[in-house]
Amino acid sequence: MAHVLDIEVDRLTKCFGDFCAVNALSFTVEHGEVFGLLGPNGAGKSTLIRMLTTLVPPTAGTARVNGFDIVRNANDVRQCIGVIPQAMTSDLDLSADENMRIFAKLYGIPRDKRRRAIRELLEAVDLGQWADKPVKMFSGGMRRRLEIARGLVHEPKIFFLDEPTTGLDPVSRVAVWEMLARLKRERDLTILVTTHYMDEADKLCDRIAIVDHGKLVALDSPLKLKASIPGQNILEVSFSDVPPGWMDKLRSLPEVGDVRADDHVFRISSHNGPLTTVELLEAARAAGITVASLSVQSTTLDDVFVHYTGHQLRDALQTSVKYNTDFMYQAR
Amino acid sequence: MHRIWAIVERDLRRFRRSPTLVVVSMIMPLVQLVVLGHAFGGKIKNLEVGVVDQDHGVPAVKLKEMFQAVSANARTFETIPYSDQTAALEDLRNGKISGVVNIPPHFSRNLLAGANPRLALIEDNTDQFAAATLEGALTQLLAPYNERAPQPRLSNVATLSVVEIYPYVPYVQYLLPGTIVLAIFVSAMIGGGIIFIDDKARGLHEGYLVTPIRKVELIVGFNLAGAAKAIIAGTVLVTCGSLIAGIPDPFNLLRLARMLLLVVVTALALISMMFLFMVRVSDPLVPRAIFGVLNTVLFFPSGAVYPINAFPTWMKAISLVDPFTYAVHGFKELVLKNTGLAAISVDLAVLTGFTLLTMGAATLLFRRTL
Repeated sequence: MAHVLDIEVDRLTKCFGDFCAVNALSFTVEHGEVFGLLGPNGAGKSTLIRMLTTLVPPTAGTARVNGFDIVRNANDVRQCIGVIPQAMTSDLDLSADENMRIFAKLYGIPRDKRRRAIRELLEAVDLGQWADKPVKMFSGGMRRRLEIARGLVHEPKIFFLDEPTTGLDPVSRVAVWEMLARLKRERDLTILVTTHYMDEADKLCDRIAIVDHGKLVALDSPLKLKASIPGQNILEVSFSDVPPGWMDKLRSLPEVGDVRADDHVFRISSHNGPLTTVELLEAARAAGITVASLSVQSTTLDDVFVHYTGHQLRDALQTSVKYNTDFMYQAR
Repeated sequence: MHRIWAIVERDLRRFRRSPTLVVVSMIMPLVQLVVLGHAFGGKIKNLEVGVVDQDHGVPAVKLKEMFQAVSANARTFETIPYSDQTAALEDLRNGKISGVVNIPPHFSRNLLAGANPRLALIEDNTDQFAAATLEGALTQLLAPYNERAPQPRLSNVATLSVVEIYPYVPYVQYLLPGTIVLAIFVSAMIGGGIIFIDDKARGLHEGYLVTPIRKVELIVGFNLAGAAKAIIAGTVLVTCGSLIAGIPDPFNLLRLARMLLLVVVTALALISMMFLFMVRVSDPLVPRAIFGVLNTVLFFPSGAVYPINAFPTWMKAISLVDPFTYAVHGFKELVLKNTGLAAISVDLAVLTGFTLLTMGAATLLFRRTL
């Protein structure tokens, strides 16, 4: 049986003047997938999600959501998607139930169905006993859960979430992700989620698209992405002194795939971590250099990100702050 | 239709939970009514006038006695005798007195000889209201002073008898119609301007835009929600304002019903105008920055505080297109004259047409995307 494509993105582009926030992105998402868009702020994730949810018209390219064109059949798209924007938009003065009710009415859900759907969803996100309490009493995690319930009130097929765990504490983050996984199973949802948390993307996404500067740099399952870069282990090592030619020496060690230097810390990818570690210590002793610190880890999505983009995600987060504000201004 | 009501319901529930902002919008016009209403339009009294008598004749003494009669009764002014004109003028320049009446030498002789006797009033004309009052009081006083011969029983001089068809209207009552419109405007400014743009900036509208709601449903919903709050403000001003201003029979049901109709029509006109102004704005500072300017440009040319006939041509042109003008005129008819709907039919028609026009333009300009 052929796979049903819930989202088809074809060379989708959004430019603000000379700056292209999304640059000719193409990918497809199958029905029932959890598809992650991974990248720093300013990478174009939010603009992409806004185009797919009909909030921002594309400059070029096309996209179809549930078979509907995002420009020509925008209202059909809106009917079958649930959207959780990055900013928390629930009304603080209203209760959880009232917030849900207003949105159910906006989607034209009849009264009896509305009541049942709201009760079930609030139970599903563990807010059943908080239904009549004003949202201003809620923690950030509770508020986010309410917004997720609100986004599902009209039983959408496809659920878009823009950085749903940003700003939440680690416990709330885990709770949100577990809840999403459960809802996806129970409601047969296709989920497209953006995040810059590698661990979340790794655990929960079936496939991940790494986006940087508006372009797609890699797309596959977390497992395959990690396998696609040289080495299964990453050695992070720093030395008391670095003699000339030391980088070449490190590269020549057995089983080494790639070496990158980042602020006196060398990141060495190896196909055999223990062997490379022994050889590295031996080479350092022979050269009369003291090893200041050393750690050996399995390859993570962080390493995948560094491999494909050439920089750390945390560096990109810092440098993209101004870039992103400018874009937000223009996007308005 | 249910989508429109969802927007109205959301806004009214928020208003019920935190009504502070809209309540504040009613306080400003009420304070203005009380303070401005009593600051203007009262009779000016106790002006201090220096009198320099350089004549000392009997007619001059008689004149001074008449001045003292005014001081004791109407108390428009009080006289302070000066022996020296220079000292009196010095005090006038220093603001100690409001005017100097100079009775020149030979005043009595000229009066008796019928040789054009003249008094001089030197006044501080920086305060035009006080100067005009002083001039008026002295001119009035000179009329009986000049009538020395007995008058014939049947006068052959044409006179004017004034008949006032309405009870005396104090300034505070004259100001009330403008104040009701101002309260509706402030509420529209807060609901349709400040809260609307703040919601937009906080991303609340993004929530609406991802639903299948139509443009026209959004605009009508926003307008009705804003108008509902403006109607509450207008109704409070109609009732409380009438009591404060001392309008006779303030709870006449028929008049209240007519006023409520005009409140609704005015609220819709002003809120739809606000939405038209704000339809492409996203910076929360903009509505706050233009608040004062809009208030001045719309309120004062409307005839709320001074008759439009006194305005220069360019200001008359503003008042012609200003929705305030028609709302203020309508409320004046209802508040001050207790007229029927026929007297305000033009106002109602213009305001309704204005609402349809601005709401239509706002719908055309509204962007369904971010």
